[in-house]
Amino acid sequence: MIKVNGENRDGFAGKTLSELLCGLGYKELYIAVELNGDIVKKDSYGAVILKDGDCLEVVSFVGGG
Amino acid sequence: MTPSYEEFERVMTERHTRPVYDKLRSARVAVAGLGGLGSNVAVSLARAGVGELMLVDFDRVDLSNLNRQQYEIADLGRYKTDALSERLARINPYMKLTARTVKVTAENAAEIFGGFDIVCEAFDRADRKAMLISALLGECRGTVIVSGSGMAGYLSSNMIQTKRAFDRLYICGDGVTDSADVNGLMAPRVAICANHQANMIIRLILGEREV
Repeated sequence: MIKVNGENRDGFAGKTLSELLCGLGYKELYIAVELNGDIVKKDSYGAVILKDGDCLEVVSFVGGG
Repeated sequence: MTPSYEEFERVMTERHTRPVYDKLRSARVAVAGLGGLGSNVAVSLARAGVGELMLVDFDRVDLSNLNRQQYEIADLGRYKTDALSERLARINPYMKLTARTVKVTAENAAEIFGGFDIVCEAFDRADRKAMLISALLGECRGTVIVSGSGMAGYLSSNMIQTKRAFDRLYICGDGVTDSADVNGLMAPRVAICANHQANMIIRLILGEREV
């Protein structure tokens, strides 16, 4: 079980962060991600392997400034 | 004639009290992007008496900017760093200003912003917001970012809020109105969002971490 923005998600332990983000419909370009309280650099999404009990916070941005 | 430093200090101290003014005066803030958000944030921080600002933008003032950004006709074609530096110096001549006319990337972000504890993220594109935040929070362990996301159109002002997204990331905006989807960016909501950012920055300077 992996917690994403407070919600429990099954089936992503052992998968990469990229696979989870894609599976949940996030667009990697427009988000920032914290894994267990640490920011994940954008070029690491494909390399981070998720494990049971991980806690993710994902923030999505929209354009305009 | 420009009032003296002592005159500035006297009125600011009378308004804010000495302890508050001293904290503002010793604060250093970097502003990433000098469009509708960044130019308004910078003006508010200059008026509030923040001691030092670093302004970062690669772009020049365009006619399409004048509907919401702190520039005027005479600034068209000038670098935003130059035009805004002059405007800020006319508002608060005793603030220390530095400017970097450079395009921020994931590779140079830490070098540009690393010396600043508080960074205002004020880019226009969503991918660039996400890039800056991911790069800076990852590489600069002491940096706090105050970001803007969602301020287009003319929906209710009251949708715009300040939230603490991560421990070192605050996001101001409605979170949903994308400038590409709705009726474009308009001065009031952009300035509301910018001043949510400016106020959160002032709260951080004064030791308040909650929104």
